[in-house]
Amino acid sequence: MSRATSVISENLAAVLGSGQILTNPDQLRGYLIGGKTPQAAIRPGSDQEVAEIVRFARSEKLTLVPTGARTKRNMHIPMNEFDAALDMVRIDRVVAYDPADLTLSVEPGLRLSRLQGVLAEHGQFLPLGPPFADRATVGGTIASGVDSPLRQFYGTARDYVLGMEFVTGDGRVVKSGGRVVKNVSGYDLHKLLIGSFGSLGVITKVNFRTFPVVTSMRAFIALFDSAQDAVEMRHRIAQSPLRPLTLEILSPYAGELCLGDLARDAMDAKLPGGLSQGHWTLLVCFAGTGRVLERYERDIPLLARPGQAALLEEKTASVALARVQEFLPIALESSPGAVILRISVLPSEIARALDDGALAATREEIPWAAMARGVGVIYFALLPTALGGRSRVDRAVDTLFEAFPSGRESVTIAWRADPGGESLPLRKTSRNDLEQMRKIKHAFDPSRVFAPDPLAAWI
Amino acid sequence: MLSQPEDLLLYEYDGSVEVARPDCVVFPGSTADVVEVVRLAAQHHVPLVGRGAGTGLSGGALAREGGIVTSFARMNRILEIDVENQRATVQPGVVNADLSLAVQHTGLHFAPDPSSQKACTIGGNVSENSGGPHTLAYGVTTNHVLALEVVLPTGETVRLGSAAVDPPGYDLTGVFVGSEGTFGLVTEITVRLVRLPEAVETLLAVYDLVDDATQTVAEITARGITPAACEMMDGWTIRAVEDYVHAGFPLDAAAVLLIEVDGLSEVVEKEAEAVAQVCTLHHARSVRVARDTAERDLLWKGRKNAFGAAGRVSPSYYTQDGVIPRTKLPATLRHIGEISRKYNLAIGNVFHAGDGNLHPIILFDQRNKQQFRDAVSAADEIIEFCIAAGGSITGEHGVGMEKDRLMPLLFSEADLDLMKRVRGVFNPMGLLNPGKIFPTSKGCGEIYVRPQPAGAVRSA
Repeated sequence: MSRATSVISENLAAVLGSGQILTNPDQLRGYLIGGKTPQAAIRPGSDQEVAEIVRFARSEKLTLVPTGARTKRNMHIPMNEFDAALDMVRIDRVVAYDPADLTLSVEPGLRLSRLQGVLAEHGQFLPLGPPFADRATVGGTIASGVDSPLRQFYGTARDYVLGMEFVTGDGRVVKSGGRVVKNVSGYDLHKLLIGSFGSLGVITKVNFRTFPVVTSMRAFIALFDSAQDAVEMRHRIAQSPLRPLTLEILSPYAGELCLGDLARDAMDAKLPGGLSQGHWTLLVCFAGTGRVLERYERDIPLLARPGQAALLEEKTASVALARVQEFLPIALESSPGAVILRISVLPSEIARALDDGALAATREEIPWAAMARGVGVIYFALLPTALGGRSRVDRAVDTLFEAFPSGRESVTIAWRADPGGESLPLRKTSRNDLEQMRKIKHAFDPSRVFAPDPLAAWI
Repeated sequence: MLSQPEDLLLYEYDGSVEVARPDCVVFPGSTADVVEVVRLAAQHHVPLVGRGAGTGLSGGALAREGGIVTSFARMNRILEIDVENQRATVQPGVVNADLSLAVQHTGLHFAPDPSSQKACTIGGNVSENSGGPHTLAYGVTTNHVLALEVVLPTGETVRLGSAAVDPPGYDLTGVFVGSEGTFGLVTEITVRLVRLPEAVETLLAVYDLVDDATQTVAEITARGITPAACEMMDGWTIRAVEDYVHAGFPLDAAAVLLIEVDGLSEVVEKEAEAVAQVCTLHHARSVRVARDTAERDLLWKGRKNAFGAAGRVSPSYYTQDGVIPRTKLPATLRHIGEISRKYNLAIGNVFHAGDGNLHPIILFDQRNKQQFRDAVSAADEIIEFCIAAGGSITGEHGVGMEKDRLMPLLFSEADLDLMKRVRGVFNPMGLLNPGKIFPTSKGCGEIYVRPQPAGAVRSA
C-alpha cells in the first residue's frame, strides 16, 4: 500500500465513510487517466466534503484529478503526477429548477442525459451536446469545455452558464455569477472554469439558463465534390436570413463513418445517382412550425446546387444529428492510434484548413476524417490503421501546428485513442497571455493540488 | 493632457450620482501612448482610470482616489471590418452606434445596444459588460467580444482571446469583460457582428393594472417565447416621457409593455401573434403594432429617453439596477409600490422586464433631509428584496463606486477574496481604478446614495 493510499484511507474514511474510498486495484482500473491509475478514488457526497478533501490533500501534498463519468479519458489533457481521483458522481442533485424562469441550478455529478429528461418534462433542455452524450455528466461537460453542433444557434456554455460554485485549491467553496439571466455583480470567474479541465477548481454547482425544447426538427443533407464547395454553401447560409440550429461539414470518410447508411438512403431515394464515394457532406438542421419550416425547406435547397440537397424528416434528422454529435467517439473507435486535432479558424479559412489537414495526412499516408462546424471549429482525425505509426502521426501533427502559426487561429491535440501511449508533440505558441494564465492557475490553486495542467500543452 | 481645474471639472462626473476629481486627464492616440502613460503612472504610483464617453452609471470611470484619467476619445478608429467572417476590430473610443452605422450597408450590426449607444464607447461597454434592451435575445457585451488587446499596469501589452472562436487555455477574455477597468486598459477589441433581422415587429401593449403587465412578462417567459426586447414603463414614467418626447403613449395607462420580435418574417409573424395573445389574455387594454419604422423609432425614443424625462420633473432622483427572477416580477413591482406608499415617495419604473432587470427611479428633493433619508431607506429595501428573491444588485450598470458596499450581501469573504486575487493577476499593485467593486470597509452592507443634480440627464 502506497503512502497516498494509506494516508487517504486512514484520514478520510472517518469523514466520508469507508465505502466512499476505493483503493482496490480492480476498482481503480476504472479510473485509468492518461495511462496512469490513481492510488485511490475518493467519492465525496457534498461540496463541504470536497472542500475538506482538498484541504486535506493540500496539507498532505497529495494531488487530485476531479472525475465524472470518465468519458473524457481520451481527451488529451497534459497532467501532472496525481495521487487520487476525486469522483464527483455522488454529488448529483438538481438543486433548483424554475421552469417558468428558465433557470436551473444543478450539481456536477448528474448525468446530462438524465438532467435533459427532467427538463423535458417541462418542455425545456440545455443545448449542451457533448460526445458520449448518454453517459457524460454536467460537471465533465462544463469542465472540459466540449462543444456541440447546437453551438451554431445557441452558442457555447460560456453564453448560458449564469454562475457557478466551485472548490478552489485552498479548499474553499467559492461562487461567482448568480441565478438570474443578466448580472454584472463581480467578476465572471466561472468563465475561467469552463474548459479548465479541473485545473483551477472542482465545480460543485452550475447555474444555467434553460431553453424551450426544439420541436419539429428537419435537416438537409447536401453532397459536394470538394471541401471548398461545401464551405461555400456554409457561407451562403451565413449570408442568408436563415438561422439553422446546426451546420457541419464532413469529409468523405467522416461522412461514411457517421452517416454512410443514412445518407445513402436519403440520397438514393431523392437524388439521381445517389451517394457515391468521395463526396463531402454538409448537414444542416433547422426547426420551427408551419410556415417557418416551409421557409427553410424552400430556401436551403436554393443555396445548394440544384438536386444536391435532400430533406431528412424529423426522425432521420435526429439520428443524423446524434451521429454527427458522436463524431469523436466514432473516429476514436475506428483506429487504435487515432489522434484528433482541434483546429479553430475564421470561417473564411475553413476550406484552407481542411486542405492543409488532408495534405499533411496524405503525405504521411495516414487515413483521416474531418468534421468542420460552421462556426470555424474543425476536428481533424488522423486515423492510422495500426499503432506504431507514431512518427508519421507526429510529423503530420507538426505540419499542422506549423500551418497555423498566428494567434488568430489555434491547433490543439484534443483527443487520442491511446492516452497512455507515447507522448505527442508540443505546440509552439505565439500567444503572449500564457503568463497571465499561469498566474490565474496560481490564484486558484496556489499549492497545485489539481493535477490537470492544460497550459503544459505549449512551449 | 488637461490639468487646469476648470477643465478637470468635466471629468468629475459620469452618468451616475458620483463625483471624483482626477489630477489630470490624458488623451493617448495609440497603444504605444497608453503604454507610456501606464509606465509613468506605475513609476510614480499614481492611480490610473480609463474613460470612454463618461456615460457609465456606477462611477466606473471616475478617479475615486485621484490620479490620471486616461480618456480614449482620440482612439476612436474602426481598424477592420471583416464582413465575410462577421467580425470587426475597433479601438476602445469607437462609439457603440457608430460601429453599427459603419456596417449597416453590409446587413450586419453590433448587437449590444445600451440606451446611451449614441454616446457610449465600445471600450466602456467592454469594461462594464453593458447590456441594453435587445440583449434579451442577443446577449450582453461579453457574448459578442472575441479578443482584446490590453495594456496591463505593468506596461505589458497582452492579447487575449482570438478572432477565431474557442482560443485554447483559460477564458481570459471572458473574465476581463466586465472587470470595470480594474484589470487593464483596453486598447483594441475584436467583436462579433450579427446579421440584421429580416423582419421586425414592435408591439405596444397598454394596461390598466401594473400587475397585468408584469403577469404578461412572466407568462411570455414561461411559454418560452424570447422576444428581441421586452421593456416595461409604468404610469408615472409614461406621463414623464410623453410630456418630453410625445411618443404617443396613453397618459391614463397604469403600464405599457414595449415588445419587439425579430428574425425570419415567418418567425416574426408567429411570435408577434403569440405575444399579442398573451397580452390580451392578461387584460391588455389594447395591443398596437407599430405600422412603420418611424412609429417604431418614436416608441423606442420614448423608452430610451425615460431617464432624461425623469430628470426634468424631479429635483433629484436615484436609480437602481437590481435583477430578479422573472417569475418574481409581479410580486416585486407590488412591493416597490408598497415602499413608495410607505415613504410617500414617487417611484417610477422603466426597465428591461424580459430580463428581470429593474430600474426603479426614486424621486426626492435633496434639500429635504427627511426625504433624502427616506429615499435611501426605500432604495435599501428594494435591493434587499431583489437579493432575497434570488436576484442580483446590478444587471448592467456595474458595481463601480456606487454598489461596492452591497457586494457582501451577495458574496462571501471567500468569493471576494478570490476575485481580488484574480484582480491581482492583472493589476498587482492596485494601480488601476482603485476603490471600485470591493467594499472599502469590511462587512458593511448599507446603501450609499448621493442625490442626482437637478436636471441632469442620464440614461439606462
